[in-house]
Amino acid sequence: MLLKVENIHKRYDETEVLKGVSLEMETGQSKVIMGPSGTGKSTLLRCINYLTPPDEGRVLVEGTEITSRNLNRMREKLAFVFQDFNLFTHLRAVDNVAIGPRKIRGMSRRAAHELAMRELERVGLSERSHAYPAELSGGQQQRVSIARALAMEPKIILFDEPTSALDPELTGEVIAVMKQLASEGMTMLLVSHEVGFARQAADEIIFMDGGHILEQGPPAQLFDAPQHERTRQFLSRIGQGGEAA
Amino acid sequence: MSEFYAFAVEHLPYILEGLPITLGLWVLAMTIGAAFGLVLAWARLYGNTLVYGAATVYVELFRGTPMLVQMLFIYLGLPEVGIVFDPFTAAVIAIGLNTSAYQAEYFRGAIRSIPRGQMQAARAMGMTPLQGLRWIVLPQALRRVIPQWSNEAILELKYTSIAYAIGVSEITARAEKVGYETFMFFEVFLLLALVYIVLTGTVAQVLLYLEKRTAVPGL
Ligand SMILES: Nc1ncnc2c1ncn2[C@@H]1O[C@H](COP(=O)(O)OP(=O)(O)OP(=O)(O)O)[C@@H](O)[C@H]1O
Ligand SMILES: [Mg+2]
Repeated sequence: MLLKVENIHKRYDETEVLKGVSLEMETGQSKVIMGPSGTGKSTLLRCINYLTPPDEGRVLVEGTEITSRNLNRMREKLAFVFQDFNLFTHLRAVDNVAIGPRKIRGMSRRAAHELAMRELERVGLSERSHAYPAELSGGQQQRVSIARALAMEPKIILFDEPTSALDPELTGEVIAVMKQLASEGMTMLLVSHEVGFARQAADEIIFMDGGHILEQGPPAQLFDAPQHERTRQFLSRIGQGGEAA
Repeated sequence: MSEFYAFAVEHLPYILEGLPITLGLWVLAMTIGAAFGLVLAWARLYGNTLVYGAATVYVELFRGTPMLVQMLFIYLGLPEVGIVFDPFTAAVIAIGLNTSAYQAEYFRGAIRSIPRGQMQAARAMGMTPLQGLRWIVLPQALRRVIPQWSNEAILELKYTSIAYAIGVSEITARAEKVGYETFMFFEVFLLLALVYIVLTGTVAQVLLYLEKRTAVPGL
């Protein structure tokens, strides 16, 4: 098992946001987490790479548990793509991608640069390699941030709503890149409400509600024959006819 | 006018012999101030209660008292407890410690103005907090702080003149000496003011150039 998330609990003050969430990912799988706002989807992703340390539970990558001591090394295996990109403002696209390999993985300047150019090419942005983030569109920025994640050669990429900060006409280019990664066998765990992507590229949909995983299964099953009323309600709200099934 | 010109030609060289001292004071003090200012900013941002408290007391102490008093204390007061400095060193220390308190606040403000997501992205890829500061947050914060830092640098360049009070032979002390020898105080201090204007003007231009050179779209 590549990723094992066991019984994660997280509480903020009085409210328990995650009430014991477990999931597993095999190499090459893509899973999409969906669910109403405030359900703890982002918190779950952030707990998985310890941006927000869980109060209880364990995260294992390739059998090794993440602890505060091996944290930085483990994070190299778990790339994170943020909703609002968080590209490093002072660095050109290529240097945004190269800085991790250089400073964290200890590659030479030249090798890191070449790797960064290859990753930018993968997301279709090699001709914009010298642009600063502020000179790129949102879709381009998100593609650079995916290249930045890829350059760490992670085992898994975690995406937190990678397209929801984008204008609708810019989501397509990002989704295309994610589909391509999925087809290349990249292991991906996404929070996303992009049903098209989920149906086509995901192995499993995880429906979260109120700090729990309510149900999970292959896209066809979850979208077309959801077991729970809450899932049906949610699907009809995002324009998927849950009730019809 | 031609009389002033003749006066300047005669006495400017003597005054300018103090220029290396003035610039030496300034460069050393600004360097100390920047290094110590960064440490103080770090302490005020990330330190535990004790470290934060100590840094805060330091900053408030140095910002809340006149630099001249600080300098006199270091040069005349400290020898009473056995710590003796020559005038130049005492002046460097006084100006350096004083500017460090101001620079600390500029650095702190600039670091805090960098969106949290930047450090988060750095940590998420496996950087340590120190690496995130070094490679991501500081390069952005230092660019943002240049305008304030330039003001501070120019202020301190002018403040080197108070070292004359403890007998450092920088340009103000030398100008005053010319004044007492010639009794042409009007001319000599006008001349001195012109020297300072050229200095501060040059520094302002250089720092403006630096600001433009390091500018990045979106920062
Ligand atoms: N740092 C925090 N401090 C306090 N409460 C928080 C914090 N982060 C999240 N929460 C709360 O935890 C709950 C879950 O938040 P989370 O961001 O994980 O939800 P989400 O499922 O990602 O929602 P959305 O779809 O809107 O992104 C929310 O009620 C939120 O207000
Ligand atoms: Mg969220």
